[in-house]
Amino acid sequence: MSALTPQLHANGKLRHFLTLEGLDAALLHEIIDRASGFLGVSDQAVKKVPLCRGKVIANLFFETSTRTRTTFELAAKRLSADVLNLNISTSATAKGETLLDTLRNLEAMHVDMFVVRHATSGAAHFIADHAAPHVSVVNAGDGRHAHPTQAMLDMLTIHRHKADFSQLRVAIIGDILHSRVARSQIIALHTLGVPEVRVIGPRTLIPAQAEEALGVRVCHDLREGLRDVDVVIMLRLQRERMSSALLPSEHEYFRLYGLTEERLAVAHPEAIVMHPGPINRGVEMDSQVADGERSVILEQVSNGIAVRMAVMSMCLGNQNLQHSQSAGATDGQ
Amino acid sequence: MASSPKITIRNGRLIDPASGIDSQTDLHIAEGRVAAIGAAPSGFQPDRTLDASGRLVLPGLVDLSARLREPGHEHKATIASETRAAAASGITTLCCPPDTQPVIDTPAVAQLIQQTANRNGYARVLPIGALTRGLKGETLAEMAALKRAGCPALGEAERPIRSTHVLRRALEYAASFAMPVFLHPLDPELSAGGCAHEGRISARLGLPAIPEAAETLAVARGLALAEQTGARIHFRGLSTARAVALLSEARRRGVRASGDVSIHQLFLTEDDLAGLDANCHLLPPLRTLADREALRAAVVNGDLEAVCSDHQPHDADAKLAPFPETDPGIAALETLLPLALRLVEEGVIGLPEMIARLTTGPAGVVDQPYGRLGIGEIADVCVLDPEARWTLTPETLLGRAGNTPFIGTEMHGRVSWTLLGGRVVFERVEQD
Repeated sequence: MSALTPQLHANGKLRHFLTLEGLDAALLHEIIDRASGFLGVSDQAVKKVPLCRGKVIANLFFETSTRTRTTFELAAKRLSADVLNLNISTSATAKGETLLDTLRNLEAMHVDMFVVRHATSGAAHFIADHAAPHVSVVNAGDGRHAHPTQAMLDMLTIHRHKADFSQLRVAIIGDILHSRVARSQIIALHTLGVPEVRVIGPRTLIPAQAEEALGVRVCHDLREGLRDVDVVIMLRLQRERMSSALLPSEHEYFRLYGLTEERLAVAHPEAIVMHPGPINRGVEMDSQVADGERSVILEQVSNGIAVRMAVMSMCLGNQNLQHSQSAGATDGQ
Repeated sequence: MASSPKITIRNGRLIDPASGIDSQTDLHIAEGRVAAIGAAPSGFQPDRTLDASGRLVLPGLVDLSARLREPGHEHKATIASETRAAAASGITTLCCPPDTQPVIDTPAVAQLIQQTANRNGYARVLPIGALTRGLKGETLAEMAALKRAGCPALGEAERPIRSTHVLRRALEYAASFAMPVFLHPLDPELSAGGCAHEGRISARLGLPAIPEAAETLAVARGLALAEQTGARIHFRGLSTARAVALLSEARRRGVRASGDVSIHQLFLTEDDLAGLDANCHLLPPLRTLADREALRAAVVNGDLEAVCSDHQPHDADAKLAPFPETDPGIAALETLLPLALRLVEEGVIGLPEMIARLTTGPAGVVDQPYGRLGIGEIADVCVLDPEARWTLTPETLLGRAGNTPFIGTEMHGRVSWTLLGGRVVFERVEQD
């Protein structure tokens, strides 16, 4: 069986950040720790550290996303890197330029890192497979496959509220089938030792053989799924699910799977509620929960910047290490 | 046409499933046909003698599905490039699906393909005619004209007819001329946008999935219509255990249906998608290990009477994209026989049975007199060294395209000579 593109240098350090599959707990903790250290940067008067000064990071967004792109951009700028934002869905591909042509052009501009968002599963791996050896690729979401920085910011958020991953019950609610976020979260939770991950939703939104393939417990009943959980992760529901015969209506979805204070009562009293945003209020959850005391949703956004700073600085720092090692220098940072 | 030479293939192990011959003997060829087996006819003076000691002498292989990409997609491959690769791989008869550009829905296109193949002279190409005009699934193609132009069967390629009504009428009309119909069983709606089997791997990697029911539903529909209309149908490229079970059950009831499997489905499974190798992007998708085992069993017991290459050569760009966006298919002509011999080597199937699935089995599906070596039969012959071991590399490929997941894999058996209608069309230079 063939393996996915290697994400690590020979010394075990991060080279690309494409998926959480295959990364061990020590590395995930390293990301969490490093991101924790960056949390203070945003509170400084000068919100910058010089870790990636002189590096060029290109945000390649083949699928539009304001929020994710903004946090990546901010994270790169706080690391003192130069940032290029390319919204490719509206430029190159419309002119018939292939994905590889776009890559080659950017490589010729001496870009050090591609942050890639693409509507197709496997796109980040494809780009990493074909990128020049000196370029790192960070996956900012590929199709239904993976969204590893989102999952890691969620892990950071959980880490800041819950002492020990190995004691947690976590429920993920909503459209698991189409969710790259859920897939990456499930892998991260397992790697960090969470003993019970549940996914909650109607059969139409749960992938085939989810128990076996993803190692989760599947619940179609919200009440059953929420019982005694410590962490509740809501997923965003796309409007088009209604037109593709996956759900009858937003109304029925909310009635069955929408999170309310009342329904949350069966969860652990100190359960936290997360959502990757943007929230459809009244569809995935009501405003009382979204703005309530258990909600850590806005904290997730700040944590997102810190996690992206951590991942980008690790990949780019390891680049320096590789370069200086290959040059025979001894002062690798 | 110049008279073909007299050739004796000496001392090989002749396996002819049609006549049940499996013995060490000589094969004598004259005027393009088998003149004698064993002792030469009196006064027979061969122009050439091929020493087949230690080698197998088989009927030339018949492949029910090989895309040659001509006309219309010559940037991927041509009739010349692919028939040459076929000859080097022991394949002497190729059926070409109708999804060329233009589609094989007129006698002109069918004849063009055969003429081009004849001019190159490496292998015989039998065009499969389109069931409907432009493969659009709306109006019937001129089937009788296609038959006169040399199409042994009709088909829908990978563009299944959506309308059950149109399919019913197409089957009835084809049955008027006793033409078998190739169905590509994949429900267009259940498979839309999919690139992987709906199962463990698609769940894990978030790949748009094709459920098993996309195939079983289409097989059930085809069987019901075959039973209703009396038409003869052939399921091209089955991939699931349940579809094979449906077919076997219907055949026992006397429904005139047959089926085949693409050779790679007998080796690869959904697990091979784990590395997102675009060369494992296939249609139908690679299924589970249980499906693979059921397909193998059906090849052994003859419920699937043919094994095909399902050759689909691509230009490099077709595979240079994220997995779901790549074009499906494997360039498979040159691995058909070696992989089949590996099944024999692994003890999955006996050698004569395996050879039957590559010769008489497929020839019977399209009612053609090829793939047999009895006296008087057309002398399409493949002589190969069954002990040879070699590794498939881009350099060993003779076809135009290199899109195969078997690069780097050890191959079993190597063709020494291929004869088409009594003429040597391939000869390996470095004979050992």
